[in-house]
Amino acid sequence: MGRSHNAASGFSMLRFLISRVVQGVVVIVGVLCITFLLLRMAPGGPFQGERDVPEHIRRQQESMYGLDRPLPIQLWNHIVNFATFRFPPSPKMPGRSVGEIIAEGFPVSAQVGLAALLIALAVGIPAGALAALRPGSLEDRVSTVAATLGICTPSLVLGPVITLVFGLKLRWFNASGWYDADDWVLPALTLGLIYSAYIARLTRGGLRETLALEFIRTARAKGASEMAVVFRHAFKLACLPVLNFLGPAAAGLMTGSIVTESVFQLPGLGQHFVGAAVNRNYELAMATAAFYALLIVAFNLLVDIIQALLNPRIGFKEDA
Amino acid sequence: MSAASEHLTPTQLAWRRLCRSRVSVAALLLLGFMMLLCVAGPWFSPYGPNDQDLELRAVPPNAAHWLGTDPLGRDLATRILHGGRISLLVGVMATAVAVVIGVGYGLVAGLSGRRVDALMMRAVDVLYAFPFITFVILLVVIFGRQFVLIFVAIGAVEWLTMARVVRGQVLTLKKLEYVQAARAAGAGFGRILFRHMLPNVMGPVIIYASLTVPGVMLLEATLSFLGLGIQPPDASWGVLISEGAASMAVYPWMLIGPSAFFTLTLLALNLLGDGLRDALDPKSVL
Repeated sequence: MGRSHNAASGFSMLRFLISRVVQGVVVIVGVLCITFLLLRMAPGGPFQGERDVPEHIRRQQESMYGLDRPLPIQLWNHIVNFATFRFPPSPKMPGRSVGEIIAEGFPVSAQVGLAALLIALAVGIPAGALAALRPGSLEDRVSTVAATLGICTPSLVLGPVITLVFGLKLRWFNASGWYDADDWVLPALTLGLIYSAYIARLTRGGLRETLALEFIRTARAKGASEMAVVFRHAFKLACLPVLNFLGPAAAGLMTGSIVTESVFQLPGLGQHFVGAAVNRNYELAMATAAFYALLIVAFNLLVDIIQALLNPRIGFKEDA
Repeated sequence: MSAASEHLTPTQLAWRRLCRSRVSVAALLLLGFMMLLCVAGPWFSPYGPNDQDLELRAVPPNAAHWLGTDPLGRDLATRILHGGRISLLVGVMATAVAVVIGVGYGLVAGLSGRRVDALMMRAVDVLYAFPFITFVILLVVIFGRQFVLIFVAIGAVEWLTMARVVRGQVLTLKKLEYVQAARAAGAGFGRILFRHMLPNVMGPVIIYASLTVPGVMLLEATLSFLGLGIQPPDASWGVLISEGAASMAVYPWMLIGPSAFFTLTLLALNLLGDGLRDALDPKSVL
């Protein structure tokens, strides 16, 4: 059974990958179109300011940024620009390109997000596994209650509380800003702890379900130690719900990062995005939204592939 | 009419199961208490939410101001209760928007032919990958920060799971004998839809609606926290937490009060949602 699966998997893997990439491209183009239309529907343009500008100057400004052309052409140019990574200059920020700003903000967000993900996994998986191995024990109850609390605590509450404790009272870290090498710790902790709660829940559920399966009984019957049963046999399957969650988690980390970056005043993508949206900086807002979509699509694709590799039962089905 | 317990309607059965779980009952009581507090509390407060007492600016909690005052001399407890009204209202209204869209979409997809269904569900799959927070932010920025718009925008992005659940339920129901019997007896599309489908999808819909409410409230709070939601001087819990976070170094009570109310409400809603799921799940036996 296993062999025949492997023989066919090369082809189906390719098909699966292609269909997912196509779907991803559809999402990104959709995001570009929708953001474009939304921003163009909005009242007020980028040059609408306190002062009235003479008609001919306004027209010149608009033609410089291509705003005077028909909407479909603007949209097409916009998509082409994005596809070729040639971001146009933004009228709101003369002299700075959208690409520069994303290149500046993304490393900050990525560092915090990645650290948060690692914290979430490092805390959540052991906590969930401990709870699953001793159902009904004190560890199980503590871990379950903590997970429930963690899920219900929003980052906009946890963030300020963590700042208050570690930043302002204990003074271990800067309360906000992006100056020292360890400024990623508090925001990552804020995001990571919340996600560790979800991961603990999923690990507990997955592991308990797996430990009840037949092949675990077989492994135990042939004399494998408890450690071997859990780590060699059960864990691979038990991780699937967690892995499945990582796609939505990536999106959630992004949402959360918009809040945490605002709480901790980090110069990341989220801050730039909110700023751009408020200032009607079309180019930056659209590019950031599309960049976010790109990240989510890429992450989901990665998760799908890992999942299919881990679980032979799923295989590369086209419909997910 | 022999034993009363044998003639329970599904609703009564579910209610009985819900009451059997201590956690659910506690969550229900906590939620009821919070709602009562927010709805009725402001009538008993001697202060208005925007009344300023410039003599008493940023006073810590005391007998006259139970949760203290803010730097503008407004009573924090009153503001929290008023904010709770707004937060809960947004939670309910946005969920209602999400339920209407989700149930409608799910019903249509489930009852349509295979091809339309596949297309509609693929669209949902694609939408799942959208970075929705960015759209909500853009929507709010573009159409102004109006109260109505906030929950329409939130509801418009929170219906996807609902649509999936309803469609799945409809597909199962469609194959059942009683539906086919109704069709054979000459019931039209509308009658099957409203008489046979809708009542049977209500269970899952209630479960997911109850789990959507906290998510929606969180989204509203997030928007308000970022300054894109409810605008001062009106306050939702998100606004109050944001004000509290800004001045927590000197006036920590301004953060703690609203945070506690918000977190407790979310906790109660989540626990109640879990309890409802257990109680309404047809697979679980009494």
